[in-house]
Amino acid sequence: MKHTINLLVENNVGSLLRIAGMFSGRGFNIDSISVGACEEEGLSRMTIVTRGDDEIIEQINKQLNKCINVIKVTDLTQEAFVHRELALIKVHATQAERPEIMQIVEVFRAKIIDLSPGALTIEATGSEDKVDAIISMLRPFGLKTVSRTGRVALKRDFQGNVN
Amino acid sequence: MFATAARTTEKTNLRKAEFDHAPRLSGAEILIEALLREGVDTIFGFPGGALIGLYDCFYKNKQLRHLLVTHEQGGAHAADGYARATGKAGVVLVTSGPGATNTVTGIATAFMDSIPLIVLTGQVPSNMIGNDAFQEADILGITRPITKHSFLVRRVDELVETIRQAFHIATTGRPGPVLIDLPKDMLAARTAYFPAGEVDLRGYKPTVRGSLRQLRNAANFLQQAKKPVIYIGGGAILSNASAEVTEFARELNAPVTTTLLGIGAFPETDDLSLGMLGMHGTWYANKAVDECDLLIAIGARFDDRVTGNLEKFSPNSKKMQIDIDPSCIGKNVPVDLPIVGDVKSVLAELNTLIEKCDSEIWLKQVALWKKKHPLRYRKTADGLKPQQVIEELSKATNGEAIIAADVGQHQMWIAQWYKFTQPRSHLSSGGLGTMGFGVPAALGAKIGCPGRTVVGIVGDGGFQMTSMEIATAVRYQIPVKYIIINNGYLGMVRQWQQIFFDKRYSNTYLNPSNPDFKKLAESYGAFSLRVKNLDELHSAFKQMLAIDNRPVVLDVWVSPEENVFPMIPANGSFSDILEGEV
Repeated sequence: MKHTINLLVENNVGSLLRIAGMFSGRGFNIDSISVGACEEEGLSRMTIVTRGDDEIIEQINKQLNKCINVIKVTDLTQEAFVHRELALIKVHATQAERPEIMQIVEVFRAKIIDLSPGALTIEATGSEDKVDAIISMLRPFGLKTVSRTGRVALKRDFQGNVN
Repeated sequence: MFATAARTTEKTNLRKAEFDHAPRLSGAEILIEALLREGVDTIFGFPGGALIGLYDCFYKNKQLRHLLVTHEQGGAHAADGYARATGKAGVVLVTSGPGATNTVTGIATAFMDSIPLIVLTGQVPSNMIGNDAFQEADILGITRPITKHSFLVRRVDELVETIRQAFHIATTGRPGPVLIDLPKDMLAARTAYFPAGEVDLRGYKPTVRGSLRQLRNAANFLQQAKKPVIYIGGGAILSNASAEVTEFARELNAPVTTTLLGIGAFPETDDLSLGMLGMHGTWYANKAVDECDLLIAIGARFDDRVTGNLEKFSPNSKKMQIDIDPSCIGKNVPVDLPIVGDVKSVLAELNTLIEKCDSEIWLKQVALWKKKHPLRYRKTADGLKPQQVIEELSKATNGEAIIAADVGQHQMWIAQWYKFTQPRSHLSSGGLGTMGFGVPAALGAKIGCPGRTVVGIVGDGGFQMTSMEIATAVRYQIPVKYIIINNGYLGMVRQWQQIFFDKRYSNTYLNPSNPDFKKLAESYGAFSLRVKNLDELHSAFKQMLAIDNRPVVLDVWVSPEENVFPMIPANGSFSDILEGEV
């Protein structure tokens, strides 16, 4: 099963190496890893998407907790959480194709952020499924470059049942 | 990227007055001060370009004893042996590049056995890091998977706190090696020196005390057992919990088996002792584990050399496990009752809650097994059997020596035939199985425990991997003893080739190329004897134990094709046990 794990880590030399190395050294999967600054100076928040049965996920959590640089480990999968991925997609676009591409962009609530005579660069945000979908819609036009961030996620503050 | 630096600056501001009045020292001088404050009396090291300024400080400052080793790997193993024997962190200091990479096997050895080690590596100057400078290696990257943690010193102001943190991390929780990379300019730069404050690491708070609820559940659980077995691992020794383990076993009235690293945590002379379990454990320990209804793992991690085939391991028992490292619990074997905490603290509390369980019938059964299937070997009239050498040494030293093993057949014979009565006396590379460990580890142990007899027992194969450390022992007149169990083979591999590969002895016969070990030892300046029979052995032991001013090397010739039994083949179960031909 897919798990989204949120980590609060010290922003030290080698933090990322230690965490990524622990995954590869113990044969755990990383579907995506994304890291950046957070609300507290000197710390980073890392979102790791991984897969495994309950035993493997338990080991992953324990091993992450064992890393000295890791301050907090939260497996969001157990809770309600929001998640997003951002993709920048550079696609071939002749003048004739532009309107059709712009229509796709609109349907997916994406944005065109750069325009040149032969290409468009599109910023798309959403779940991985949505990003996959817009990429597959754009593929027929000819993808030049695709860059994706991997999932970032946060726990929902309101964990109750809306009904 | 500079979180630690930012926090240090903050602290520095708070302590500005203190800072202004503090003496200005170089990084090298600060390092020595900080090590002394950690209670370090001895470090094992080898100099080089990146450390030359630091070595100048050793010339002037005699408070910290620096022992020059012969090879950096030996330095790491010696620091490891020192740590295993004393319980304090061992410290090894090496230069950048090859000096650092030579410690890798030593670090991995300590990591696998959770030994507190501080590895200080020189590094090229900060501004040259990453430029492929002379003697540069990314030692932080290289050792990431084999250290508990590591640091690169980026500002000389951080040095004091870094050292404090490193010792804290290495020696608390589940101990392990911590590496500090020291760029040359950090050792030369000067700053105000004042001792480090309290360590507070947000990401590192080991659980020491067991949860009270779990302790009560455990007491309940234990009382229901009819056929309990206590299975003690190295964690019991690391946590200095021998007294608590012994009390626990007696209170509960349950037999005790130890892993290779747990040997010494419970006196093997006790009626409740079953000796070692696992691949080369006793028949009765393995039988008891196979039949028990409750297996109590204490500071042990269900290693594959203990369990063999996991599906058939102790199939009818409930499992209870006490360990300070949560990741060890339920990793290989599902556990019915886990307790996270320090073995000493958990058992001290548990001992007040438990009573004798109903184990009388079980103990009688176990005693019967012990009688019917003892450890055994067949003596020969003319030569010596390796088991006999260990057994005789056990008698000659009354089971009270510190024995450092190397890796292979002799290592198993030590575990089987030396009757250990005290903790921190059996030093063995269990997890990594590092040939070459024995010679330097014995040296380090003798330096840490000068009042005790320390014997390194090694095979003729492993001896040659680090025999150059005899030079270190001679250099400092360390009266450490070595016994080479010389069978002319890489014996353990040969044994597997005999049993599983139809006697095809591929690359395991050493005799034609072995040096004259007596002459080799003598050329270093050690005292040496060659031993070929029991009379010579007795006389050699007498001389060996009397010498107190230099190392002794006994080259003991034993039956070349003796095998270690019992043996449960890899990934086998109790039903596959081979008892040998006696």
